[in-house]
Amino acid sequence: MLVPVALALIFLWVPEDADQGFSQKIFYFHVPIAITAYACFGWGALKAFLHLWKRPAGADLESYVAIHLGVIFGALTLVTGSIWARASWGVWWTWSSQQLVLFLVLFLFYSAYFMLRFSIDPGPARANISAVYALFGVVLIPVSFLAIRLAEDFIHPVVFNSNGPQMAASMFFTFCVSLAAMVVLAAALYRLELAGKRIDASLRVLREALE
Amino acid sequence: MSYFTDVATLARKDLLLELRARDTVPAMLLFVVAALVVFHFALPEASASLAAYGLLWVALIFTAILGLVRAFAAERDQGLLDALVLAPCDRSAIWLAKALAMLAFLVLAELVALPAFAIFFSGIDGMTIAGVALADLGICVVGTLLAAMAAASRARELLLPLLFLPLAVPIVVGGVGASVVENGGRYLGLLAVYDAIFAIICWASFEYVVTE
Repeated sequence: MLVPVALALIFLWVPEDADQGFSQKIFYFHVPIAITAYACFGWGALKAFLHLWKRPAGADLESYVAIHLGVIFGALTLVTGSIWARASWGVWWTWSSQQLVLFLVLFLFYSAYFMLRFSIDPGPARANISAVYALFGVVLIPVSFLAIRLAEDFIHPVVFNSNGPQMAASMFFTFCVSLAAMVVLAAALYRLELAGKRIDASLRVLREALE
Repeated sequence: MSYFTDVATLARKDLLLELRARDTVPAMLLFVVAALVVFHFALPEASASLAAYGLLWVALIFTAILGLVRAFAAERDQGLLDALVLAPCDRSAIWLAKALAMLAFLVLAELVALPAFAIFFSGIDGMTIAGVALADLGICVVGTLLAAMAAASRARELLLPLLFLPLAVPIVVGGVGASVVENGGRYLGLLAVYDAIFAIICWASFEYVVTE
C-alpha cells in the first residue's frame, strides 16, 4: 500500500519543485535507484553471511532474492545513468563517470552470480557457494571503487564532470522522498518475490510428498 | 606447524603431477606467446606504445585463466575433492597448496612472457615486474577459490572466466597503472590491498565452498 502512495508522491512533487530543466529530473530516479541497488547487494551479502554462520532455514533464498533485486536495480541504474548521460552530455556512455563504471563491474559480477547459481544442482553445496560469492561481491565494491578512481589517471583525460548537483532545500526534500520511495519499492518487491519463491518451494515439497 | 606441512605436501603433489604430465605449463607458455603475436597485429601503427602494456596485462590475465581452469580438473574428474575434504587437515590448506602450485605455474609462464614482451614490444622496468609479482598473488589467491566453485558446477570451464573477470578488474587497473604511470607506487599499493583483503576472505571461506 505504501508503494503506490510513494510513487504518487514522486510524480506529484517532482514536476513542482525541480526547475533545472527537465533532463535533470532523472536524477531523482537514478541516484535513489543506485543507492537501493547497493542496499540490495548489502542485504543479500548479510543474508549470505548469516547463512554461512548460523544456517537459518530460509537465509539462502533471501540472499538470492535480494541479489536478484539488486541486479534488476543495477540494470536500471545503468539505463537511467545512460539516459542522463545522453541528455546532459550527448553520449550514451562515458568511462569518466565512476559510478557508472563501478556499477558496470558490479553488474557483471552479480550476473555471474546467477550463472554460478544455476549451473549447480540445488542443495547445500549451491547455497554455500552462492553465499561465499555474494560475500565476495560486497568486498569487491570498495576495492573496485578504489581501482576505478586510480584508473582515471591513465584511462582518459576527464572531459565530462560527473558531479552531484548542489541542491536547494526543496530539491533535497524531493530527493529524500524519492529515495524513500525507491527503498520502499525495493522492499515491497523483495517481499513479493520472496513470498512467491517460498510458495514455489512448498508446492514442490507437497508435490513430491504426493508422489 | 602441521598446517604448513599439509600445505607443503599438497603443493608438492600438484607440482609433481604437473612435472610428470607436463600439460598445463607448456600450454600456458604457448598461449601467452601466441597472444602476444596476435596483439602485435591488433595494435595499429599509430597507437601509443603504452597500449602494448595494457595488452600485456590482458595476455597475463587470460593465460592465468587458462591455467586456473585446469586447477581442480584432476580432482573433479576423479572425485578426489571429497577425499581431500575427508582428510584430517584444515580445508583452507587445500586452497593454499593449490594457490601456491598455481603461482608456480604462472611464474614459469611469465618467465617466458615478460622477455617475449620486451623483445616484441617495449622494455620491462622494475615497476612492471613488481606489479606482475603482486598481481600474480591476487590472481592465484582468488582464482583458486573460484576454480573450486566452478569445479562444483556443471558449466565448469565456461564459468571460471565469467566469475574471474569482474574480480580481475582491480588487478588489471593496478598492473597497468604500475607499468604506465610515472610514479606508479599507489598502484602497487592497490594491488597489495587487493591481495591482502582477498587472501584473507578466500582463506576463511574456502571451507564453505567445498563442504556442505
